[in-house]
Amino acid sequence: MSSTLIDSLFIFMLACFIGFEVIRHVSPLLHTPLMSLTNALDAIAVIGAIVMVGERKSEFSTVLGVIAIVAATSNVVGGFFITDRMLKMFKTSRPVKK
Amino acid sequence: MNAFAGSQHLIEIIYLIASALFILSLKWMSSPATARHGIWAGELGMLLAIAGTLLHHGIVDWTWIAVGLVLGSGIGIPLGMVHMTAVPQRTALSHAFGALCVTLVGTAEFYLRTPNVPKFMMSVLSMEVILGGLTFTGSLMAAGKLQEILPQRPITYKGQNLVNFLLLAVAIASAVYLVLHPEAKQFFPLIVGISLIFGILLIIPIGGADMPTVISLLNGYAGLSAAAMGFVLQNKLLIIAGALDGSSGLILSVIMSKAMNRSFTNVLFGAFGQVQAAAAGGAEAKPVHSATPEEAAAILSAANKVVIVPGYGMAVAQAQHKVRELYDILSKKGVEVRFAIHPVAGRMPGHMNVLLAEADIPYDRLIEMDEINGDFPQTDVALVIGANDVTNPAARTDHSSPIFGMPILDVDKAHTVMVIKRSMSPGFAGIDNPLYYLPNTLMLFGDAKQFVGAIVRELSGGH
Repeated sequence: MSSTLIDSLFIFMLACFIGFEVIRHVSPLLHTPLMSLTNALDAIAVIGAIVMVGERKSEFSTVLGVIAIVAATSNVVGGFFITDRMLKMFKTSRPVKK
Repeated sequence: MNAFAGSQHLIEIIYLIASALFILSLKWMSSPATARHGIWAGELGMLLAIAGTLLHHGIVDWTWIAVGLVLGSGIGIPLGMVHMTAVPQRTALSHAFGALCVTLVGTAEFYLRTPNVPKFMMSVLSMEVILGGLTFTGSLMAAGKLQEILPQRPITYKGQNLVNFLLLAVAIASAVYLVLHPEAKQFFPLIVGISLIFGILLIIPIGGADMPTVISLLNGYAGLSAAAMGFVLQNKLLIIAGALDGSSGLILSVIMSKAMNRSFTNVLFGAFGQVQAAAAGGAEAKPVHSATPEEAAAILSAANKVVIVPGYGMAVAQAQHKVRELYDILSKKGVEVRFAIHPVAGRMPGHMNVLLAEADIPYDRLIEMDEINGDFPQTDVALVIGANDVTNPAARTDHSSPIFGMPILDVDKAHTVMVIKRSMSPGFAGIDNPLYYLPNTLMLFGDAKQFVGAIVRELSGGH
């Protein structure tokens, strides 16, 4: 295994711990918007597809890549959009502190 | 050469900033007060990352990238505008899209690199397409069931788990063979194909009540497959985003499985959805007390403390806006009204909170199970709307009950319990609910929306 792979494993491990710590503190109130938000963030996979399509290494990879861009972009746009709509609905009965 | 290296470094820096923004985005989700900042951080990170990627020196053609981005946005906007009641199926559908992207990129990547794929690369690539493939079809199945295109009843047959395990074993064995013999590329379509079939088979035995766990689990798988893709492409931002999404999905599945009293391994290996055949036993005609909307209204207006327990039935009947009217009118009369939210009420984590927030009920009135359970003995009326198994006291007392041990809302401890229900038919799991036969329980038979509406009319006309 090369050192870049080891580096990647370290990053993965640390990111998992950060993920567990951060998500643990999310209020159960917001579990639905949390899921749509992580979904939108996960669609960052689009950057892999963008590079693949842009490089045009083969017809096959370009076709699959374009479909992948469409799928992921719809998650980015739709995911952020619906999360925002959901969060706008959460109101408190207490006066909002400025 | 220097220009190339320069742009590569710039891209890495942009990815670093985007990673930080993603983590902040999730951190700000911890409370409703800061959650919208979280969206902005996420959007900014995403925008930076996509813009940065376009600087990649290997990109020679932008046409098809633009086509993909425009088409995707065109599909994304209507998907972001769906009605709040359709959020569970929309979420399942977006898991499918995410997994589709990962699987397609993984497949293309394999055929570009084969047969020179190093062992570690081939292992993560296999993991990427196995997780991606099963998440893709599994999420489509889940979305179909939630949208009621597919039958919602769990379909089980003898040896189901064995068939599923064997299939998965074949996929993994093929992957191992491919890792050892990268030139045997005919195995690759086999791995992808089996994963796709496995995803379908995995969801066939799943019923509606298991959906919160399953959606969370698919969320986790989608994240892990994206992280695997990050390993293949050696892209740190992807690894981080995938790890965050994966851990989020796994945490939610653990919370959901605990709320259903199932072990995490039980969930992880998809052995959920077992239908309890034994439970239907004996349709004995025990007496129940029922009440009219007028009587229910009289009891509610005489109460000081009311706890409303919403369930999936409220979502089906679209009763949340009528419930808000009830909340308003009782609050105006000086009655303290709160809502008790069971973690698995509805079809996805947090489903009830979103529906009630949509109906303009302040979120500080929505109380989690552990927090509100101690208050039931001091509660005058517990009003159950479309919830069943999560209020079943047999889970506390009856060792033979299939849901024994599942944490429930202790509504039976309230002075009066009122249950709005269409009929006496048992809930999803086919388990009889002793709550309905208690002396302090009143059954309100009817459609949730109409019945709550009738109570509201009675309360507003009655004073």
